[in-house]
Amino acid sequence: MTLKTDPTALSRRGALGTLAAGAAAASLPMWARYADAQSAAPIRLGFQVHRTGIGAAYGRWYGRTVEAATALINAGGGINGRPVEIVAEDDGTDPKRGAEVIEKFANQHGVDVAFGPLFSHVVIGSAPRAGELKLPYFVVSEGTHVSSGMLNRYTLQPGITDVKSQVISMAPFITRTLGKKVTMIFPDYGFGYDHRDNLVPAIEAQGGTVLEKIAIPPTETSFTKYFPRIPRDTEVLYHVMVGPAVLTFVKELGEFFGGQGPQLFGFIDSLEAVAIDSPGLEFLEGSHFWEGMCRHAQPDQSAHETAYRAAIGVNDRGASLADPRDVSTYGHMFGCWETLHIIKAGMEVAGYTGPQDRAALIEAVEAMEDIPESAAHPQGTKRFNGRTHQVFGHQNISRVEGGRLVRVHRTSIEDTVYPDQVDYTQQPF
Amino acid sequence: MEFGPHLMLATLEGAVTAAVLALTAAGLSLVFGVMRVVNIAHGEFFMLGAVLAWWVTQAVAGPWGFALALVIAPLLVGALAVVADVTILKRLSYDPERTIVATIGLLYILQQLTLMTYGPDARPVVAPFNTRIALPWLERGADGWALIWPWGLGTTTYKLAVIGAAAAVLCALWLFLARTRAGLVMRATQADREMATAFGVPVERVYALTFGLGAALAALAAVLIVPIQQAHYLMGADPLLLSFIVVIIGGLGSLPGTLVAAVLIGLSDGIISVFFSPTLAKILATLLVALVLVFRPQGLFGARGR
Repeated sequence: MTLKTDPTALSRRGALGTLAAGAAAASLPMWARYADAQSAAPIRLGFQVHRTGIGAAYGRWYGRTVEAATALINAGGGINGRPVEIVAEDDGTDPKRGAEVIEKFANQHGVDVAFGPLFSHVVIGSAPRAGELKLPYFVVSEGTHVSSGMLNRYTLQPGITDVKSQVISMAPFITRTLGKKVTMIFPDYGFGYDHRDNLVPAIEAQGGTVLEKIAIPPTETSFTKYFPRIPRDTEVLYHVMVGPAVLTFVKELGEFFGGQGPQLFGFIDSLEAVAIDSPGLEFLEGSHFWEGMCRHAQPDQSAHETAYRAAIGVNDRGASLADPRDVSTYGHMFGCWETLHIIKAGMEVAGYTGPQDRAALIEAVEAMEDIPESAAHPQGTKRFNGRTHQVFGHQNISRVEGGRLVRVHRTSIEDTVYPDQVDYTQQPF
Repeated sequence: MEFGPHLMLATLEGAVTAAVLALTAAGLSLVFGVMRVVNIAHGEFFMLGAVLAWWVTQAVAGPWGFALALVIAPLLVGALAVVADVTILKRLSYDPERTIVATIGLLYILQQLTLMTYGPDARPVVAPFNTRIALPWLERGADGWALIWPWGLGTTTYKLAVIGAAAAVLCALWLFLARTRAGLVMRATQADREMATAFGVPVERVYALTFGLGAALAALAAVLIVPIQQAHYLMGADPLLLSFIVVIIGGLGSLPGTLVAAVLIGLSDGIISVFFSPTLAKILATLLVALVLVFRPQGLFGARGR
């Protein structure tokens, strides 16, 4: 084949012209959008969700909660009159992918803020990247890594309380009503270390002792081999477990003790997304659980919580209305609901119009203090600490009675407060 | 916990691990021995067995559902493996390197298909029977030796049944290989493929059935363990790693070696993780593999390379 000049072929000049026209056409929607950005363009929220991996059960319910909260916010006129659009990305409950998801949010999707992760290793893996990209990152993880000062000014936790405040408010109840010799079982990663590092001083402050600290990897599938390390003079077994095998964990705990053994005090994490009346869990009768929000509807449930349950589609036992076998992560997922409402409130105070207002949004959230109980905050009143970027709220202790989780104690916010360990407001943007 | 009861519990836990591991690793060893194929997707066949068991027990409730799962899951997984052999491995002429890559691909396909259909959740399968048996211990009290029943020292009827079932299946497998014509043909193919072909052994059919049998053994092991563990799409990784460890220590392709190594690894995993930490158990197992590879590359029971 020989080369020849074909009059119908594109000339260089012609090609350049076409390219220029194409570029102009491609950019057209861009400036067309900017022209009326304040009224019509949606606010895009990047939802980092544990859709797969060991956090999948949480991811499913965090997803449903976010969907319901977004529908409610949009029905009420959105944020600053603009509709809210959720851009969800699966992080596989993996810190490395978590950081990639943050990059994707910032560079590819161009979201306004990111939010939503629960697992602390994902948060710790992603937050530095969010800080570098100057992307506000609202986590729903309970980890004390926000208030400990480990993260950065762009990372906030306004929708859920942290482990340290939970633990210090539980310790007096444990030593007073259950016993003073405590053995703890916790997951072997960041979140579990928050329990370990905070429970020991909290129990000792109450005159008790922690006899043994047993760490179990969250990917573990069989647990009996860890239990012989529980000392025989243990009065209270404090357990908190996460991961896909929590049901096995609790079941094997029951088989291990066989109706004898110490008092049990668990964090509901050990049973999130698991029906409390599952076969093999009968031994939990009479044991106590921490709950962020009470899975089983209590007699004095507020109208806000009733509406919240209906909006997400969960029944009085915290299971899906569509499939009662599908039990929710009720003790945690309110955090997504409340976080979205904090983002809305913050954006409205800051007069948020686009990414250039991200710093103003963070300052607006930092300025929040008392958050009253409302439809936006069905879990209860809260107090936000702008310096540590951490919210404080009421904690619940429930007892299993006749297969139901019955609340026996609700702490005050003061019970959960501890001195500041960081002042993020001193960090530059 | 005192040393005695502690050791007894650790041994029991280790025996359950060893039983399931022996079944899974026997499948892997069989496939390698006869076909010289390193099946990286073996763990996914294990996982599929557990997932199918969940599906069957959802469809048919009660102990009969579980009994049905014990039959259906290995059959279906075995059939799938036969199809995979005929459509993939055969086309690669069982080339060792290329089959490794192909089975890695198969691993991801099976895992992701399970994720897309079954979902990311761990789902429990109810054991057909499960009663806790408290075990007694002798203790010298004020008035001589007495039987005590310390908390924590116990096992369940189902765990004992798993050990028994695995032993029975392994016996049956040995009888099949040693006493039947099909077993003879498989052993002949393992010993020398070309000679077997020359003697009229349908080698390709033997390969397909061996691959199916190996996968079915993994699936059966998974059905047995799933009432203890729950079915999850990522559950194949650990059995795969442990099976490789067992097969390398025992000698690739040697069934008795696999058995001994499975018991060794299973029990040491149970005992070391109870007394020290599960991580140490994994470290020691991996170290043992390294030592075996350095000092006895053919494995404890393996024959010297031909």
